[in-house]
Amino acid sequence: MKHVLTPQRYLILLCVMLTASVGDTLLAHGMAQVGPVSLSSLGTLFTALKNPWVIAGILLLIGFFASYLSALSWADLTFVLPSTAFGYIVVALLAHYWQHEHISPSRWLGILLIVCGVGFVANGPPLTEHPIPIDTKHREGAE
Amino acid sequence: MIPTTTFETWATIVAVAVTAIAGDVLTAGAMRRIGDLDIIRAKSGLPGAIKAVVTDSMFLLGVLCMALSFFSLLFTLSKVDVSLAAPASASLTFIGNAVAAKLFLHENVDRRRWFAALFVCAGVVLLTR
Repeated sequence: MKHVLTPQRYLILLCVMLTASVGDTLLAHGMAQVGPVSLSSLGTLFTALKNPWVIAGILLLIGFFASYLSALSWADLTFVLPSTAFGYIVVALLAHYWQHEHISPSRWLGILLIVCGVGFVANGPPLTEHPIPIDTKHREGAE
Repeated sequence: MIPTTTFETWATIVAVAVTAIAGDVLTAGAMRRIGDLDIIRAKSGLPGAIKAVVTDSMFLLGVLCMALSFFSLLFTLSKVDVSLAAPASASLTFIGNAVAAKLFLHENVDRRRWFAALFVCAGVVLLTR
């Protein structure tokens, strides 16, 4: 059997990339509004939970974990992980075009290298073919 | 920030990477053991899929390792500059994951995937500079 990703599965990989990076950005934005948290003021963390940016960030990160687990159930770890790295590029581009941050030439080179890295794995098969499918165990258990 | 020795710096960074790799490999192994979530969801709905994941011991161990990695990152950041700790631990995690996926998950890490891990690793270092 040849493993080919359906458009729906590419959509899940897109979710993995976007939710992690955008979630982190929202969380960072919210925590910057909340202010520094120290060991003596751990209560501030509960105040942070009322910040809409922090809430949105947490929701997106929950979405990230769900889509990441879903992707790992039908693709190899060495296929999914480089895709998650694509999120770094999304953060850099968001910072450049939305927050108007300067991106140095070495950062552009970093972006180029990650794009190449993701391109390498995207061209290959997503899942290693094992002689005996390991997942049959569950399918029997689920019935 | 309290000055730390080179050994302490790298020991904390390696601890972050090792726990992150253990978390990733255990979670990936658990998901492989559980099977395709789309099929499970079609059979027993979303609650069935969630139950299959959260009741798996390997998955729970993986999440524990991820939590350990998070706390060791916090500990590392209190001792080491973020500009060194973040890219160094992320890069080590990318390379370590490729090795661990080959050894423990028996994934076919071919030349293409090695190049991907190396390129992404170098890219992360450049991006966080």
